[in-house]
Amino acid sequence: MSWEIVIGLETHAQLSTASKMFSGASTAFGASPNTQACAVDIALPGVLPVANRGAVERAIRFGLAVGATINRRSVFARKNYFYPDLPKGYQISQYELPIVQGGEISIVTKAGEKSVRLTRAHLEEDAGKSLHEDFHGMSGIDLNRAGTPLLEIVSEPDMRSAEEAVAYAKALHKLVVEDIDICDGNMQEGSFRFDANVSVRRSGSPLGTRCEIKNLNSFRFLEHAIQFEARRQIEILEDGGKIVQETRLYDPEKDETRSMRTKEEAHDYRYFPDPDLLPLVISEEWIDEVKRGMKEPLRVQYGKFIEYGLSSDQATQLTATRSTSTFALSAIAGVPRDAVPTLANWILGPIAAKQKEEEISDIREKISPEQLKILSARVADGTVSNTTAVTTVLAAMWAGEGTADEIIEKRGLKQISDSGAIEKVVDRVIAANAKQVEDYRAGKDKAFNSLVGQVMKATQGKANPAQVNEILKRKLAR
Amino acid sequence: MLNVSLKEFSAALARKKISSAELTGVFLERISKLGGALNAFITVDREASLAQARAADARIAKGEAKELTGIPIAHKDIFVARGWLTTCGSKMLSNFVSPYDAHVIERFNRAGAVILGKTNMDEFAMGSSSETSFYGPVKNPWDAVCVPGGSSGGSAAAVAARLAPAATGTDTGGSIRQPAALSGISGLKPTYGLVSRYGMVAFASSLDQGGPMAKSAEDLAMLLNVMVGFDARDSTSIERPAEDYTRDLEKPLPGLRIGVPKEHFGEGLAADVASAVEAALKEFEKLGAKRVEVSLPNSGLSVPAYYVIAPAEASSNLSRFDGVRYGHRAREYRDLTDMYCRTRAQGFGAEVRRRILIGTYVLSHGYYDAYYLKAQRIRRLIANDFVEAFKRCDVIVGPTAPTVAFPIGAKAADPVQMYLNDIYTIPANLAGLPAMSIPCGFGARSLPVGLHVVGNYFAEAKMLNAAHRYQQATDWHRRVPRGFEA
Repeated sequence: MSWEIVIGLETHAQLSTASKMFSGASTAFGASPNTQACAVDIALPGVLPVANRGAVERAIRFGLAVGATINRRSVFARKNYFYPDLPKGYQISQYELPIVQGGEISIVTKAGEKSVRLTRAHLEEDAGKSLHEDFHGMSGIDLNRAGTPLLEIVSEPDMRSAEEAVAYAKALHKLVVEDIDICDGNMQEGSFRFDANVSVRRSGSPLGTRCEIKNLNSFRFLEHAIQFEARRQIEILEDGGKIVQETRLYDPEKDETRSMRTKEEAHDYRYFPDPDLLPLVISEEWIDEVKRGMKEPLRVQYGKFIEYGLSSDQATQLTATRSTSTFALSAIAGVPRDAVPTLANWILGPIAAKQKEEEISDIREKISPEQLKILSARVADGTVSNTTAVTTVLAAMWAGEGTADEIIEKRGLKQISDSGAIEKVVDRVIAANAKQVEDYRAGKDKAFNSLVGQVMKATQGKANPAQVNEILKRKLAR
Repeated sequence: MLNVSLKEFSAALARKKISSAELTGVFLERISKLGGALNAFITVDREASLAQARAADARIAKGEAKELTGIPIAHKDIFVARGWLTTCGSKMLSNFVSPYDAHVIERFNRAGAVILGKTNMDEFAMGSSSETSFYGPVKNPWDAVCVPGGSSGGSAAAVAARLAPAATGTDTGGSIRQPAALSGISGLKPTYGLVSRYGMVAFASSLDQGGPMAKSAEDLAMLLNVMVGFDARDSTSIERPAEDYTRDLEKPLPGLRIGVPKEHFGEGLAADVASAVEAALKEFEKLGAKRVEVSLPNSGLSVPAYYVIAPAEASSNLSRFDGVRYGHRAREYRDLTDMYCRTRAQGFGAEVRRRILIGTYVLSHGYYDAYYLKAQRIRRLIANDFVEAFKRCDVIVGPTAPTVAFPIGAKAADPVQMYLNDIYTIPANLAGLPAMSIPCGFGARSLPVGLHVVGNYFAEAKMLNAAHRYQQATDWHRRVPRGFEA
């Protein structure tokens, strides 16, 4: 019997509000220590929390996006423990009644598509940071992060491999960052981090004892930590041992997990409803308002690209970010169907390369979808060739040299589609290249390409290639 | 001239018969001459008070005075005030100077009132005798061997001894009303949510409510006009149109139905208190009110429910006093845990430690349902008792405390006896109802007796009306303890 790995993830997504969960202090990252902590954040005597409406709204957005139940009444609770970077001696979180319940995230792995169920998502505040270096045996406390709003998203133990866990983590990341824009997703700054619950069992057996690996802040660490932890547990069980329920930490340098505390050492957090905050009541009207303000889900846009006849690969790439997806949809709206693949290729090819090279997240900073649409029309009507459009016009548009038409005009890129003019050039080329003409007539196709090249050279690349081919073939056939 | 109403002080200031600086000076003088023996104040800052008084005088001169402009008011040392030491009666905060004002202080400042000083109190408002203060016990002006009640005992003693025209207090289980009763003054705890708790050091958040303490119902009404107001920084603050609490003071009483709860006249009520309360009820009938019997069947459960809920909330509210950011920190310690343990063991007194331990216990895994949840269910039962009772009456009247003031030390060793002092006052906190105490006579050893008046939600004006008419017909509230005549 083989081993099955069972994984559930708890994800902390920092919500992108300007102010904190329960105070008016700024949430901006990177300020000097303790400059963004107000009286409420440092828990002076007498201060009180007030819930951030924007954070609640983002939680509603999340619930709607994953098809969850938005609880019309949820309750903030205090999680009590002492630590120097936790100023009140308790964290305000949600316990028995979270704001979001249920929902699911669909993931794609090599094995195919699968749905991961969500248990819940609740609002809470972050703690500050303890700094143990540079203080000569003392610890520094930075409370800038204290009170930052978090949405903790808890999945069911539905994942069966590190690969699935990473696929889920990435899908969730894309959802909160690109799709519903509630989190900046910056993993280095800790805006998106995971706790992984891992257990192993023989296929078909009941769930094994789990261990929780805390604070994983990259997809790679998540993958490695799960792989290490699963191997560790399997080895113990195969040696006849037992898994001890515990909290573990992943050490990226040694690529291993280490015990932090066992169940016996676990805190009793003494959760109880926070008497400083009334139950959070959410009206139908509010939910409707949030719903109306939400952008079209990326999975819906994915479907639209498929309907336009693009491949699932292309549709996936186009919907990787909200801005590209929206750009592409505007660019292809209303164009003839055969122009759609050209536009998709431009966006995923040369434009994506430029974006990457210059670190431009939104194409609109450089080119408008309307201008791109015009350029594709110029290819379709034969004004420029596809090659000219990509190598010259697009590059010039990106560099800010003007509209597609201005650039074509200014640089004299207009194709020669006047068949009389092309015929004259062809006649000249045939007359001047008797050898190649002979070779072609003797069956050497290569000679034809050489003749096309001569015509294009003579017209400085402006001759319509299709017309050149046709005229040349006609004249050589005589 | 000091034994007059706030209205009279206000008129004297407006007519420039006296300046605020003079008036403030007179009270500061009394505090320094007579206050020491009572230990009613923790902090007096003569210069800060006089500076505020001079600013008030300038405002009066410009014709921009409001009703309380220039009147000195003492504040319980639980309200933080910018630049003032705010100790909450604890060693833990014995070095804490607040960088900000409580909402209540802001409102008094805006009204032009003068901060006369910060009054002594039971440590973190935990007590019914003002004996648990780090700054020593407060003494009852009527008999210095007795307690003034608590936890707002400093405010009560200061008003009773005419060391302050009026004061503020806070009431979690009776901490305004019980000391008002034991010290012979008037005090009111408003409907939960009317007075912002922002800047009021939290004891038990779902029960705490600030309120005025003064010589008469009329004064209470004027103070309430300043203290009540919506505050977006307190999520439990209630947003409703402002009302003038003095508007109904003069209304005649005929038609008023006074509910008398039989449960508040049973075992444990001292005979002297019972007879003073009976006499007061007769007086109300004389004034035209109708007496009806009501029942509060679950009120016997209120003390045990309170001593689960209040310590539970307190154990969490007081976690912030950890020696890390402000307040007391142990001088020597081995590591972080040792720093916490020593800091909190040294910084908190015995009663505070007891309640933190009780609260921690009742919230612990495996005990939460049996204690905390059960207490919350009792709380709902008690609130429902009042809903039923108020179908039959307009106000509920009875004794504020079971006995008159007791000697300092008499109950200090027996917490349960001490807790029973609040048996009549706690139900109003659990239900969130407004309630007040007014003087209604004297009992054993000529110590004052308080009459408890509970109203329906937001019925403060009606309660003040009843109390004011009673005070027009009686003079208990005008009596001044010997040695403190003004």
